[in-house]
Amino acid sequence: MGYQTIIEDDIDVLVAGAGLGGTGAAWEARYWGQDKKIVIAEKANIDRSGAVAQGLYAINCYMGTRFGENNPEDHVRYARMDLMGMVREDLAFDMARHVDSAVHQFEEWGLPIMRTPNCEKGSYLREGRWQIMIHGESYKPIVAEAAKKSADKVFNRICVTHLLMDESKENRVAGAVGFNVRTGNYHVFKAKTVIVGAGGASNIFKPRSVGEGAGRVWYAPWSSGSAYGLMIGAGAKMTQMENRIVLARFKDGYGPVGAYFLHLKTYTQNCNGEEYESKWFPALEKMVGKAYLDTENQHFSHKPIPTCLRNHAFINEVLAGRGPIHMVTMEAFQDPHLEEIGWHNFLGMTVGQAVLWAATDVDPKHENPELTTSEPYVMGSHATGCGAWCSGPEDVSPDEYFWGYNRMTTVEGLFGAGDAVGGTPHAFSSGSFTEGRLAAKAACKYIDDGKAKGITVSDKQLEEFKEKIYKPLDTYTVGRNDIVAGSVNPNYINPRQGLDRLQKMMDEYCAGFGVNYMTNEKLLNIGLKKMKIFEEDLEKIAAEDIHELLRAWELKHRFLTSESVFQHTLFRKETRWPGYYYRGDAMNLDDEDWHVLTVSHRDPETGAYTMQKAPLYHLVDEKDEKEEAKGKKGK
Amino acid sequence: MPTFVYMTRCDGCGHCVDICPSDIMHIDKVNRRAYNIEPNMCWECYSCVKACPHHAIDVRGYADFAPLGHGVRVVRDEEKGTIAWRIKFRNGKKDMELLAPITTKPWGKYHPDLASEAAPSKEMRDSELLFNEPKYIRLDKDGKDSLHTLESNGQKLKAGVYY
Repeated sequence: MGYQTIIEDDIDVLVAGAGLGGTGAAWEARYWGQDKKIVIAEKANIDRSGAVAQGLYAINCYMGTRFGENNPEDHVRYARMDLMGMVREDLAFDMARHVDSAVHQFEEWGLPIMRTPNCEKGSYLREGRWQIMIHGESYKPIVAEAAKKSADKVFNRICVTHLLMDESKENRVAGAVGFNVRTGNYHVFKAKTVIVGAGGASNIFKPRSVGEGAGRVWYAPWSSGSAYGLMIGAGAKMTQMENRIVLARFKDGYGPVGAYFLHLKTYTQNCNGEEYESKWFPALEKMVGKAYLDTENQHFSHKPIPTCLRNHAFINEVLAGRGPIHMVTMEAFQDPHLEEIGWHNFLGMTVGQAVLWAATDVDPKHENPELTTSEPYVMGSHATGCGAWCSGPEDVSPDEYFWGYNRMTTVEGLFGAGDAVGGTPHAFSSGSFTEGRLAAKAACKYIDDGKAKGITVSDKQLEEFKEKIYKPLDTYTVGRNDIVAGSVNPNYINPRQGLDRLQKMMDEYCAGFGVNYMTNEKLLNIGLKKMKIFEEDLEKIAAEDIHELLRAWELKHRFLTSESVFQHTLFRKETRWPGYYYRGDAMNLDDEDWHVLTVSHRDPETGAYTMQKAPLYHLVDEKDEKEEAKGKKGK
Repeated sequence: MPTFVYMTRCDGCGHCVDICPSDIMHIDKVNRRAYNIEPNMCWECYSCVKACPHHAIDVRGYADFAPLGHGVRVVRDEEKGTIAWRIKFRNGKKDMELLAPITTKPWGKYHPDLASEAAPSKEMRDSELLFNEPKYIRLDKDGKDSLHTLESNGQKLKAGVYY
């Protein structure tokens, strides 16, 4: 093979994957490490990479603390409620207390943020309690500009496949390796710290779209779960990987509904034009308990209903034969201003939905469009919190959540940002960027504290990875000669064939849309058995060219992500999030045994999984506590 | 709705190849023009459409659910800081033009160079503050610039089930 080996040495902070999390890390690292070497490795082009590549029409996480709107603890309580209690509240509090600083700086850089009309304070235009509205078509290029200014070097089109491990000290990161998806060259990044921002996973569950439309997924098709694949591969502990998310969205196009619900005040109804949610709630209340859904008092308490529980009503109404569920747009869209916002909302972040309505002559002014529930996704910054088990900040975290450096995984020197960090839902774009900043500061401190001294990487390790990376090309070259032509070969499968198999297994055994999000212990065990065999076949994956080699490695990252989802789903013997998935053999929420976070470790040598429970800490208002104590004394 | 490239407009410059987040815009070796090599990994994100200097790239809705005969075209102008859309329905009954800003500042001029900022003090390093903080994150209670902590906000973290 004629591929060169290109070594980038003496890196202090390596950012692997530069979406919103990674760009935040690269940018902030320059301040704390003004003489440090900061390098970005990104599989696409950082001007349009990650989940925000297409743009956004809202920033979904902004406190507005300076305008007296919300405090960090308010957001933590909201996220906790939405995730049925399962949140790393130290990390969530930390993100929320910093996030406004990121948003205001975006505005300084040129991001058009809408302001409340005729408001003396000059506060931002709210879409909802946490959301503000932006003209965010160029959100990513604007933010990427900041990262480019801070980084010493940006390597675009590098697919990072593995993390390098130090050979002088166990469980310490030493950089990363990958290949250039254009030249095919082998790239080695020797680094003191690595901040993984490589994103969550779409396309691991069979999507509803078929054929040509298979790319029309809710999360970007290039979100290959590489954040998880890289970290699991290095032996980092993961948390809450069972907490996949299902989205109720406009059918086929997956156009966002947030602005429609919150700003345009549209609402949903079944095929008969009836409100359907509330009738499912009494039975649901029995499944999850009054603490999570209080049918009688929900309206009085103004507590929003958790995303998964609203999905539950949607799914059941459709199963009862009263689908489709419609979004009632015909009222709001009579107002030309709101109509324009409705369209801008798509053009700013999901153009495909506008194309679909134009193609099918659906004018929401005259017709209420259909909604659907999506296939599940595994990520950690929307209404779900999959990701690595990371240390929190020193001044907030209890001992179980703190091991020296903010956002550091259980592998020394390995940090996470955005989807990579577990237990931090509702971070969205701004929160992911903020997490990158927090990780960057901590990574610089880790280096300054002398924790990265004496890292050794042998040529042997580099050669082994090189051989591994290019193996699919060799498999193709050798196996191809056995057959006349075509893609059917007894020696190998290609990445698309592998992806199809993975999606089918995830859908049928791990609670995809095809089985109405239902699974149980038996199904999960059969699935895991099939996954083991699939893992063997992945050793025989073939790539015809460098582009297919990219797809092959994305698939391997998706596999590691999926296996983790299987293991976590099997471990948690309850149905914590009805509407995201159901454990048919444990249909109730069980706070007695499962009011905990799930933490997994995959042995990088043997592939064996160990699972454990970690305690959940909740923010408690000191005032309430004192009063409660007084009350007890009184009794 | 995967992208496609008009043969007569593309000159093979490769801007789309350079920007595509999914690595699916490639140059055809025979025609030396760009094309979408993997439509089922296309997100319809329009990054390539916006980047094409010749407006040679368009989108035709995904064949599995979108009928033919519609159009969503775009012109993104970094100089003007605007993006202009035109949406044409299949039945011709709707033909909309929409304009939005994409930036409020000249490109890249207002990003601070953090290497030339005053170096953070030891106190700053030992604190939980990030660059430029506590600006923009001040506590609303006393109006003084400072970082929220559990203590300042009267909060405690407690293990167990609390609701």
